Amino acid sequence: MQAKRNPDRYWDPYIAGVLLGLLLFLTFFLTGHGLGSSGGVNRLLVALEDLVVPRHVDTTPYLAAMAGGERNPLDHWIVWQVAGILLGGFLSGWLRGRVRLETRHGPLITPRTRWVMAFIGGVLMGYGARLARGCTSGQALSGSAVLSVGSWMFLIFVFVGGYLVAWFLRRLWQPGGDN
Amino acid sequence: MAPWDLAAELGDIVAWAIYLLIGFAFGFILESAGFADARLLAAQFYWREIRVIQVMFTAILVAMVLIFWSSALGWLDYDDVWVNPTYIWPGIVGGLIMGVGFVFAGFCPGTSLVGVATLKVDAIWFVAGAAVGIISFGETVSFYNDFWHSGFLGRFTLQDWLGLPTGAVVLGLVVMSLLILWIGDIVRRRIYGDSDED
Repeated sequence: MQAKRNPDRYWDPYIAGVLLGLLLFLTFFLTGHGLGSSGGVNRLLVALEDLVVPRHVDTTPYLAAMAGGERNPLDHWIVWQVAGILLGGFLSGWLRGRVRLETRHGPLITPRTRWVMAFIGGVLMGYGARLARGCTSGQALSGSAVLSVGSWMFLIFVFVGGYLVAWFLRRLWQPGGDN
Repeated sequence: MAPWDLAAELGDIVAWAIYLLIGFAFGFILESAGFADARLLAAQFYWREIRVIQVMFTAILVAMVLIFWSSALGWLDYDDVWVNPTYIWPGIVGGLIMGVGFVFAGFCPGTSLVGVATLKVDAIWFVAGAAVGIISFGETVSFYNDFWHSGFLGRFTLQDWLGLPTGAVVLGLVVMSLLILWIGDIVRRRIYGDSDED
């Protein structure tokens, strides 16, 4: 971030939080479950795998549960929800002039370093989210609101993991000037 | 009484449209809160910013109070609401891995989607990495299936665990969330001051 706080005129975090909370409640009220993201990406990928290596999908139990035989991995609410996230994110960014092909990175690293780190982090996040059966949306946000013990544990350990390595990776995110 | 099986009640197409709208609102809010900017997200781990903590805990608090209030009034059947089942060990290890990934990447899966939607190249790399991670999981989980199912407690809620009435747990979490928000802001101000980032 630059010298000024909030140069991009983002919403007040408490207003965004209240709106997100209302949306989460409405989602639970209407559908009986919360919000999700990684599960939708998972199903898109399984659908691709099913196109390329259908026999492999049928013989791998984890994949077959979603796409074995006649099953269509895309026939699931979370796929529609993920499509909605992309559309909503785009419209919000477009209305505020924030849709720009760009790389956001700390001033001490190059865009290329940022891409490599984003990729590594993505691998960890993708793997971890499947291991934990959900990500920040599906577990931490949704599960915590309905008081799941596992989701609260997950939320706490995401922060523990982050704070454990934050010091070692501080150069990635350091604002210019100090150090 | 809520919740409903939307596809059964309204047909597939209306149900899909509702999910699309829910996702749309989710993406719109995430982007408006600034969550397409990985620097802002990562700043939580250095106390320069606590927007993510503020948005997240406010949202959990509001949703939780409304969910348990409406079920106390008999409008919502909590027993019919999906509560993520607890698997202790994979949850802890998966959470730790994601925390580490978060500091590398500055995104989580949901926020990376709004990053992609607003053409952030770093978010596109993140999603490529996440695809590799997700596929790797599907290919490797059969080697340690027992661990992936370890510590299974099923639908296990805080009120079950603590043996307290639901109202008391909700009240406790409201107080705790407000304390986290209040103390978080004090810590941030202490470290980085009020108006400036640098």
